[in-house]
Amino acid sequence: MNMIVCVKQVVDPETPAAAFKIDPEAKRAVASKDRPLVISPFDEQAVEAALRVKDAQGGKVTILSLGGESAKDVVKHSMAMGADAGVLLTDPAFDDSDSFATAAVLAEAIKKIGEYDIVFCGRQEADWDAGQVGSGIAELLGIPSVTPIKKIEIKDGKAVVERVVEDGYEVIEVSLPVLVTVSNELGEPRYATLKGIMAAAKKQLINWSSQDIGAVPAKSKMLKLFIPVHEARCEFIEGETPEEAGVNLAVRLREAKLL
Amino acid sequence: MAENKGVLIVGELSDGKLASITAELLGIGRKLADDLDEGLSAVFIGNGITDVAGEAITLGADKVYVIDDPLFKDYVTDSYVGALEKLSNDQAPEILLLGQTSMGRDLAPRLAFRLGTAVTLDCVDLVLDPDTKLLQKSKPVYGGNAMAVYVSEEGRPQMATIRPKAMEPLEQDVSRKGEVIPFDPALDESAVRARVVEKVKEEVVGIKLEDADVVICGGRGIGSAEAFEQLKELAKILNGAVGATRPPCDSGWVPAHLQVGLTGKLVSPTLYIGIALSGSSQHQAGMSGSKNIVAINKDPEANIFGIAHYGVVGDYKKLLPAFLEKCKELLSG
Ligand SMILES: Cc1cc2nc3c(=O)[nH]c(=O)nc-3n(C[C@H](O)[C@H](O)[C@H](O)COP(=O)(O)OP(=O)(O)OC[C@H]3O[C@@H](n4cnc5c(N)ncnc54)[C@H](O)[C@@H]3O)c2cc1C
Ligand SMILES: Nc1ncnc2c1ncn2[C@@H]1O[C@H](COP(=O)(O)O)[C@@H](O)[C@H]1O
Repeated sequence: MNMIVCVKQVVDPETPAAAFKIDPEAKRAVASKDRPLVISPFDEQAVEAALRVKDAQGGKVTILSLGGESAKDVVKHSMAMGADAGVLLTDPAFDDSDSFATAAVLAEAIKKIGEYDIVFCGRQEADWDAGQVGSGIAELLGIPSVTPIKKIEIKDGKAVVERVVEDGYEVIEVSLPVLVTVSNELGEPRYATLKGIMAAAKKQLINWSSQDIGAVPAKSKMLKLFIPVHEARCEFIEGETPEEAGVNLAVRLREAKLL
Repeated sequence: MAENKGVLIVGELSDGKLASITAELLGIGRKLADDLDEGLSAVFIGNGITDVAGEAITLGADKVYVIDDPLFKDYVTDSYVGALEKLSNDQAPEILLLGQTSMGRDLAPRLAFRLGTAVTLDCVDLVLDPDTKLLQKSKPVYGGNAMAVYVSEEGRPQMATIRPKAMEPLEQDVSRKGEVIPFDPALDESAVRARVVEKVKEEVVGIKLEDADVVICGGRGIGSAEAFEQLKELAKILNGAVGATRPPCDSGWVPAHLQVGLTGKLVSPTLYIGIALSGSSQHQAGMSGSKNIVAINKDPEANIFGIAHYGVVGDYKKLLPAFLEKCKELLSG
């Protein structure tokens, strides 16, 4: 099985709202000093999904990321988890990529990598929450896609996947090559072992720029980015003891006709 | 190339009836069509589609396309994208809208790339710029911490999916007239590369979370599956449903389909009670539309108090049993 996993480096999505800042001119979030950039969480699960397939039947897992120089950290992180190779796409020409351009550039890179049976993406990025690059790559490669999934197995030359839907899941049989996007229902990603970290440190990343794979203009434009303000309006209910506060809450909700 | 005109929305059925998201799509679709001074069409894809076409007309549609064939019994990306590609090329709408549902979030991006146009998913507001006539699409980003507004100058149709409960449906008007048109996309079945082998439904005991008027949500601080029993008891007394943040789902204390938030269920009950959860932006994305928000948390700085109407600071383990007993007493008397 040849597998490719697309991972992106993002501002830590667990940053508390009070510490979350944006640059309205540049139209993006500003990473806070005490919170390093991280691998987008669903992408880490996508790496895990690929490694599970590798554990089950062997194969090669290649990590692919489009981003700045610092994105090498998330590629190395994925390799430390157990992936075999890494490709980093960096070029100022990619800076203004929207989802359309991102998918187009990633699809070109996947073609250049060549052999693939399964492409994995996260169900959505933790920064723009766009939720479309995976489907876009599949369309541009002309391969089927299933989104989002929580399990994938290979049986008789086909993929059998569990697609997460509102009221449960669907078992879907799909031909290879296929692109899937991975959701958190897959389960926790594995930790990198010390051995994995050392092995990853020794491996060279492949670096490609727009000269290797071309660049694509964006199709959509962000007019503005802002933090919506909500008024704090909380009425705190108190009591001498927690038990009393609990009773007082019930009384207050009754008064407000909410019970 | 012919000029693109009008608004097309992609309808959905839920248990054989017109889905509420579809009524909402018709509501916003009608408004945008009126602003453009053009028509509103809807399309339903499936097998054995019943009376929903007529209902869509009473909710605002001028034309309803029905694509009805055994090939569309189950939602499969390839067949649905293929059908909509044909219809969109045939009708050339200016704006194409879908719901941010299991179907819409898979279908919309793939269709957009097929049509060579841009799409914005999970929009909570859509307006037409009066000067440029471009669709301005607002969507929460960074897990709901911020809001972004997008336009696409190039590529038609202009596409978006809308978040459930973000738009108002129209009042049903049975005197409205419209046209129902069967559409045959003449798809080649061999182009469909996937097939649904089985559908596994999570068992829902009691009221469905999305429909509940009272929602009791527990967070990581609840601590165990056993402790969730208390929340279930409270939900029963208040005639509501239990939901959770992601950690209790990931830990297996409650089933995954109870997750409320950006990547879980959307709820907007009259009363929401959040217990031992911090109120991350990703959780808020699924519940901030609740009419009355109550928070119980031992940390006075917890984010959830920023959007709560009523709050209690304290250990839920002590608070909740007393609250529960008092509720029982008040409701029986
Ligand atoms: C892209 C993305 C999508 C996501 N989607 C979702 C989603 O759909 N839904 C979702 O919920 N999360 C989602 N998350 C996860 C989210 O970021 C948070 O990690 C999660 O919501 C935190 O859950 P929590 O509030 O229960 O836990 P915590 O943040 O750990 O909060 C626990 C709270 O419990 C309180 N507490 C502990 N013990 C007690 C006690 N005895 N009594 C009273 N209070 C107590 C603590 O003070 C604390 O405030 C997503 C994350 C990402 C990156
Ligand atoms: N810059 C990027 N580099 C690598 N993968 C990406 C990039 N942007 C998006 N992806 C992949 O596409 C998925 C969906 O992203 P999005 O459509 O932006 O929400 C992500 O979870 C990644 O797997």
